[in-house]
Amino acid sequence: MIRDPHDLKRYTASERANHWITGICFILLALSGLSLFHPALFPLTLLFGGGTWTRILHPFIGVVMMLFFVVMFFRFQSLNRMREADWEWVKRAKEMVNGDDHNMPEMGKYNGGQKLLFWFLGVAMLVLFVSGIVIWRAYFSASFPIGVVRLGALLHAAFAALMIAAIIVHVYAAIWVRGTIRAMLYGTVTRAWAKQHHRAWYKQMTGK
Amino acid sequence: MALQSLDIAKRSATTTEPPQARKTLEVAKLIDVSKCIGCKACQVACMQWNDLRDEVGTCAGTYDNPRDMTDQSWTVMRYAEVETEERGLEWLIRKDGCMHCEDPGCLKACPAPGAIIKYANGIVDFHQENCIGCGYCVSGCPFNVPRISQKDSKAYKCTLCSDRVAVGLEPACVKVCPTGSISFGSKVDMQELAEERVTELKERGFKNAGLYDPAGVGGTHVMYVLNHADKPALYSGLPADPTIAPTVTLWKSVAKPLAMAGMAAAALGGLFHYVMKGPNEVSKEIEAEVERELEGEK
Repeated sequence: MIRDPHDLKRYTASERANHWITGICFILLALSGLSLFHPALFPLTLLFGGGTWTRILHPFIGVVMMLFFVVMFFRFQSLNRMREADWEWVKRAKEMVNGDDHNMPEMGKYNGGQKLLFWFLGVAMLVLFVSGIVIWRAYFSASFPIGVVRLGALLHAAFAALMIAAIIVHVYAAIWVRGTIRAMLYGTVTRAWAKQHHRAWYKQMTGK
Repeated sequence: MALQSLDIAKRSATTTEPPQARKTLEVAKLIDVSKCIGCKACQVACMQWNDLRDEVGTCAGTYDNPRDMTDQSWTVMRYAEVETEERGLEWLIRKDGCMHCEDPGCLKACPAPGAIIKYANGIVDFHQENCIGCGYCVSGCPFNVPRISQKDSKAYKCTLCSDRVAVGLEPACVKVCPTGSISFGSKVDMQELAEERVTELKERGFKNAGLYDPAGVGGTHVMYVLNHADKPALYSGLPADPTIAPTVTLWKSVAKPLAMAGMAAAALGGLFHYVMKGPNEVSKEIEAEVERELEGEK
């Protein structure tokens, strides 16, 4: 349903569904993972039916997330190649955060920060998936040497914490930049939004 | 249990002090390897007292049977045929099982509150009703002791007969040992007993005899008298200097608070950024520009 025919299409329905399945998996994984990460958060296991259920469910949700993430990764990877303007954007990110975006270079569909996040998430998901398999006691841990299992647990916790922080930034950026969330909810953004934040993409989409 | 719940020294995944009103004696089991004849009475007694029945295995060409500890075999005898320079062929038999570390790696690694308990008397006990089956205790243990059941996914190991000790009895393996190779008592008494025995062994030519009570894990509540204490590895790979792996320590002592602080900082940073800098709205100027462009199209 498009209310304003001038709005620009940013995501297809299938891309949005893909994103939200991954997102829901992430939230469930973060909650269940954190519950086993720090004693103060252990009560979060109640959301999953107790500690044992949390332990059982977490890795399966992880596999589902990985599947959908891989699809999303290959959908968006060509749009996320870092270019010179992106590095310039990253250098000036501090100005942006301070609320002054006048000197920011023109950005395509994604800005330098979004692209770096994209690649970081790719690495993090790979590390989390592999280390997650290694520490999946019910099926796999016994086939790995104990030193590898120990390293796996450490890497899994470290990358999970980094990824949670990164996703907090991702979500906050979407809230902070008004008019962004609708892109992932129903697919479109206003022309003014596009011109302000992704001018090169705006030009490409409108020919202006 | 009612009284034992009052003398807990450490409790897994718990950040507050556990109940520790009662002061109890630190206990220890002393296994004198030089007196062991490898009869496996201790294995039998352990199964009998704890109502465990392992599956009958197959002979792998050694006396080791079962070949490894399982959720049903909390202690196994390990037979090592070793050639030493001074004595030629020696048969070194070690009763393997939980060492009941003063600083238990399993307890440190465990994410489930109250699944692993260390009593004031030094016994490290698994409380399976709180166990979630993640297997982190396996990673935490420097001695490769905990076993996860294939049936119920809970972790099991020697309890040092905490139920017997709580009512003033010695562990079942101690009770049954026919050569007096296994003794049980206060940790101090056991250290003294070991000292006497080590002196004796030295007099009899075992110049490297000694007590195995590794400092890397704060000492243990199961100790060995070894006739070759300089080479613990001879005894089916007993670690010379066991410690909790640095990866486990890093994960459980450093990473936890750092990561929690980092994640909280990200969330709070977002909130305060919004409150202090305000939302990033589309400027009126650009809105007007876009309007004009669209007008122009018409």
